[in-house]
Formats: sequence, structure tokens, C-alpha cells
Amino acid sequence: MVLDEHPEKPTALQLFLVFSRIGLTSFGGGLSGLFMREFVDRRAWISRDEFMNGLALSQALPGVNVKNLSIWIGYRIRGRSGAIAGFLGTILPPAIFIIVLASLFARLTQFDLTQSLLIGAGAAAVGLSLSMGLIAGWHVPREAVPMILMATTFVAIGIFHLSLILTVLVAGGIGFAHAYYRAGS
Amino acid sequence: MQNPVWTLIAVFLPLSVVTIGGGQSALAEIQRQTVDVQHWMTSADFVDTFAISRMTPGPGSLIATLIGWKVAGLPGAIAATLALFGPTSFLIYAVAHLWTRYRGARWQVALETGLRPVAAGMILAATNVLIQSMSGGWLARGICLASAAALTFTRVNPVILLALGAATFAAIHPLL
Repeated sequence: MVLDEHPEKPTALQLFLVFSRIGLTSFGGGLSGLFMREFVDRRAWISRDEFMNGLALSQALPGVNVKNLSIWIGYRIRGRSGAIAGFLGTILPPAIFIIVLASLFARLTQFDLTQSLLIGAGAAAVGLSLSMGLIAGWHVPREAVPMILMATTFVAIGIFHLSLILTVLVAGGIGFAHAYYRAGS
Repeated sequence: MQNPVWTLIAVFLPLSVVTIGGGQSALAEIQRQTVDVQHWMTSADFVDTFAISRMTPGPGSLIATLIGWKVAGLPGAIAATLALFGPTSFLIYAVAHLWTRYRGARWQVALETGLRPVAAGMILAATNVLIQSMSGGWLARGICLASAAALTFTRVNPVILLALGAATFAAIHPLL
């Protein structure tokens, strides 16, 4: 399952290592932002559109979205072995890390410095998420329906904390129907 | 007495399917099961466990790994992790596979363009929630904005930004 339009395919091991490195350096969320940065912007292994499709599908389908997105990205780059590399790379090293840290936890939190470092790193990570949202918003077509859908999704989930699945089904359904109609005419 | 590994699987397997979006959507149910139903830990222990899962890199849902570890050691950690992350993997895998097979189909073009604004709205919404739950006051918000600006307008490596954010906060916060 080789997708031919992207040059310089990494091996499954390389993919695993890249996913591991991102997984181990993401503090306080923002993992999807790091993925976009690495796989789309830096290495150009997948296109921004492919990434955005994967992001929306990962969130809409059941399952932890970061894990879904890893499988999606891995599959897009290398087929089955890439999907496995993405799954393992995102889950395994951080899982080992969390157990090790939990074992050291009592000693670590005695230091205020540890807390401060984590708050600062977390704030920068949220900035990553913000940057990614702005870039994604910038690439939405400047037309009434897409703009309204973006704004409605933001308000429903971000402000009113409505059910994510319900919002995605409704807004995504409208977006799909609109685009399907447009694609036919 | 039932083997706790099976109980862990019985708890986390159904959660795997109802987890939509971030692991946050399942957190309330994980808490209820862990504390109220199974009595694996006290609610104070659960808060500690949650804090660790937030402080460590990787998906926040790895709290399941940690609960499994505390309940039944290594077999528990493996069982809870696979139960929560495993089953739904086949679903996204199947979708990714079909996606390649029907490349260019009308429904796919419609999904691609139709979902893009929704995805953008979701990222912005998640950012808003993250900003509101961020600790560290205006200093942390400033770091967040500076980091967003740097990432939007330059090609700086995010890991360096995270390190800078950590160092900046640790250096300035004690002076306030």
C-alpha cells in the first residue's frame, strides 16, 4: 500500500521514532499540533488536506483522537506498517514514561521548580494548539456556509460545551451535504 | 475473587467506544468506575493520578495505564491500555484504508471540503477550553500567545518553544 505522491518515504522504524519523539515531548496536550508541524510542515510526508481530513475523522470516530490520528497519519505514509508504527509510537513510550514518573512522583512534587517548569511548558503547548487553530481557520474557504459552520462548531464545543459527537454529526453533516451538492453541480 | 485484570478490561473496553474526541470525554466515567464502583482508589488518590497523567507527555488518556498499574501491576497496565486504545484502532484503520481505495470519489471530495471548517472550529474550541483550564495566570497566557505567534509566523521547532516556555515561567514566576 504505497501512496506514490510523496517522495522520500520513511521506514516504519523511522516513523515509530518520530511518533515516539513527539509523544514524549508533548506536555499538556497539543499533540495534534505537533503532528501537523512535523508531518505536514517540516517533513511534508502528508499534505495539509490529508492531515485535516484525518483530524476531523479522528475526532468524529470513537476512540482517543490522538491515537486515531496517529494511525491515520501512519497509514497515509506507509500503509499497514505505518499505522502500527503510529499506534505504538504514540502510546508505548509515554505509557512507560508515565509509570516511571508515577513511581518518582512523591519526590518530584516537593520541588516548586518542577511545577513551574510544567506550567510554562503547558502554556507554550496551548500556544501550539492556538497557532494550529488559526492556521486551520485561515485555510477554510471564505464563503458563507464554511465560515458559519466553523463559527458554530467553535461556539457549540468551546463555549457551550455541547456534546462533541452531536456537534460533529450535525455540523459535519451539513458541511458534507453542502459540499456534495456543490461537487455535483 | 475475580482477577483484577479482567475487571480492568471490563471497565475500560466499553469506555473505548464512548470516548469521542479527547480522552476528557471519558474522564468523568473513569473516575466513577475507579472510585465509586470498583473502589480501586480514594477520590484523593484519583486526583493525584489525574495530575500525573496531565504532567506527563503523550495522550492524557494514559491515565488508564496508570490506574491499571496501580490496580494490578504490569499486567494491569498492559490490559487497561490495550482495552482503552485497542478496539477502536481497527475502525480508524478501516476508514483510512477505504479512503485510499475510493480516492477522488464524490463523497470523499465532499467529506474533504465539508469537514474542513468543522475541524478548524474543533481545534479552536479545544484551544479555548485549554486556555481556560490553564494555570499560571497572565504570565502563562503571555507565554501561550508568544508561543502561538512564533509557531504561526516562523518554522521554529516546538520542542524548543516548550523548553523556552518552561524556563521563562520558572525564571519569572518567583519574582512576582
